[in-house]
Amino acid sequence: MTARVYVTLKPSVFDPQGHTITEALHQMGYGGVDDVRQGKYFELNLPGTSADQARTLATEVARKLLANPVIESYRIEVAE
Amino acid sequence: MKFAIVVFPGSNCDHDAYHATRHVLGQDADFVWHKETDLKGADVVVLPGGFAHGDYLRTGAIARFSPVMDSVRAFAAAGNPVIGICNGFQVLLEAELLPGAMLRNTDKYKCEYVYARVEQTDTPFTNLCTKGQVLKIPIAHGEGNYYADPETMAGLHANRQVIFRYVSHEGEVTAAANPNGSLDSIAGICNLARNVVGLMPHPERACESALGSADGKIVLESVISVFAKA
Repeated sequence: MTARVYVTLKPSVFDPQGHTITEALHQMGYGGVDDVRQGKYFELNLPGTSADQARTLATEVARKLLANPVIESYRIEVAE
Repeated sequence: MKFAIVVFPGSNCDHDAYHATRHVLGQDADFVWHKETDLKGADVVVLPGGFAHGDYLRTGAIARFSPVMDSVRAFAAAGNPVIGICNGFQVLLEAELLPGAMLRNTDKYKCEYVYARVEQTDTPFTNLCTKGQVLKIPIAHGEGNYYADPETMAGLHANRQVIFRYVSHEGEVTAAANPNGSLDSIAGICNLARNVVGLMPHPERACESALGSADGKIVLESVISVFAKA
C-alpha cells in the first residue's frame, strides 16, 4: 500500500510562509486569493501491508516524526 | 569544570562554543559527536547553533533522535545544566526537554545584534546576572518565532520559565525590538526544574569586545560559578 501524509499548520497557528506567498500573489494581480496555507506532503511506500496496517503505521510515524503536534496537524490517505 | 559540546551533522557554532569556553574562559571543553553516547564526564552540556541534519523536515526534528540525545536526556533529568543555543534550542524543543515549538520568522532570516533582557536569575546560566539586565548579543536564524498554545504560555509565565526577552536598547519590550515574531518577545526559556535553558541569541559569539560585544560571557560565567562554589 501507499500512505499519503499531509501535514499542515494548525488553523490557530500563523503561517509566515503562507502569508508571504499570499502577498506575492496579490502583487501578481491575484487579488482573489484571500489566504494561502503551506504544508508538507509525504508518500510512504509500504509493501506487503493491508490498508489498515498502512494507516496504523502512517499514523504512528506522522505522530512521532513527520508532524510536530505543538504546531501541526496531519491527514492520512491510503491507496493501492 | 568541563563542557561537552554536542556536534550534529550541520552544527556550525560548535567551534564558537569551544573557543568561548576553552580559550576565552579557560575551562575544559570537548566535542561529542551525535552518534556517541558518552558525555565524557562533562559538568555542562552545550547544544550548539547551526543546521543539524540540514534543518530537514523541521529544525531539530531529526537531531532529536540522535543517539547522544538519550544521554543528554538522562543528564538533564539528573539535574545537570544543559544549554541549547539557537539550533540547540530548536533541538531541545523537538526533544520535548523544553515546551513549545518554533515557527518561521514573521518576515525573513535575521542576522543582527539584538538586546536580550534577563527576566529570571535563578538558573545556572543567569545566576550572575541582575534581573532586568540587558545583554547585547547577536542572533542568526530563520526560525526563531517561538510559539506555544495559550495553556503552555500561561504555565511558562506562572512558573517564571521565560528567561530572556527581546527588548529595545533601553530595555523595553516593543514590537520593533522583536526580530522574529516570537510570542511575548520570548528569546529564551527554561524547563520546570530550571537546569535546561534554551535561547535563540548566541552568547558564545559575544564573549570578546573585539568581536563586537562581550555581554554574552556572563551566561557562561554563570554556569562556571555554579561549579566554582561547589
